[in-house]
Amino acid sequence: MPLTDSLRDDILATVPSLRAFAISLSGNADRADDLVQETMLRAIANIDSFQPGSNLPAWLFTILRNLFRSDYRKRRREVEDADGNYAKTLKTQPAQSAHLEFEEFRVALDKLPQDQREALILVGASGFSYEDAATICGCAVGTIKSRVNRARSKLAAMLYVDGAEDFGPDETVRAVMGGSGG
Amino acid sequence: MNDLKSQASRTAVAGKPGGLNTEIQSRIGHQLRAMYDDVVRQGVPDRFVELIRKLDGPVPPDDSGSGSASNTNDGRD
Repeated sequence: MPLTDSLRDDILATVPSLRAFAISLSGNADRADDLVQETMLRAIANIDSFQPGSNLPAWLFTILRNLFRSDYRKRRREVEDADGNYAKTLKTQPAQSAHLEFEEFRVALDKLPQDQREALILVGASGFSYEDAATICGCAVGTIKSRVNRARSKLAAMLYVDGAEDFGPDETVRAVMGGSGG
Repeated sequence: MNDLKSQASRTAVAGKPGGLNTEIQSRIGHQLRAMYDDVVRQGVPDRFVELIRKLDGPVPPDDSGSGSASNTNDGRD
């Protein structure tokens, strides 16, 4: 379809969440913006292949994800960025009290395998359905579901029950379940 | 987005005996969205507004697409 003004507007309206997704993937705001720009260029160059009335955000996210994946294979993610440069790249700093927890979360998220991280972000933050997330990632719905579950489970283990070794399994279960052991 | 939470209560996450409790699940969901929305709230940086204004429609890959790529609208300002 032609690049109408309303389509331009729709693409622009998706930019904020594309950036959030790109930062989540790359851990680097500058690189994220380059990814978003490249996504827009690709999208507009290929706008003919967009089906009017279909899900534009999902289409754009698919392009961005594929760009990131091909870029990722070439040069490895900059690991040092996992350690806290991320927050500095944000214009809005999180409140001081929440800062530490935010950082911990970011670092934990970064440790997830890429497949799991992107699935969790698409479903848990971008608000896509499992079906849309599966389309974006080019896999089955069941695969997305299990990736999301594994991602949650790992995050929980890293963030909230990482005293597990100290407690031993029974204590861990009791702590997680909120008491009433046998 | 609320289905993250309801999902969490329905789904006993594999790997932990008894699954993860709802509170942990909702904390994860909350932090994930907080991180994400922090970026979303920054809106659209100017460079992207400029970019989309400059861009025209699809450039035909093979035929005479060199000079004028604008087969689309000119009703933009």
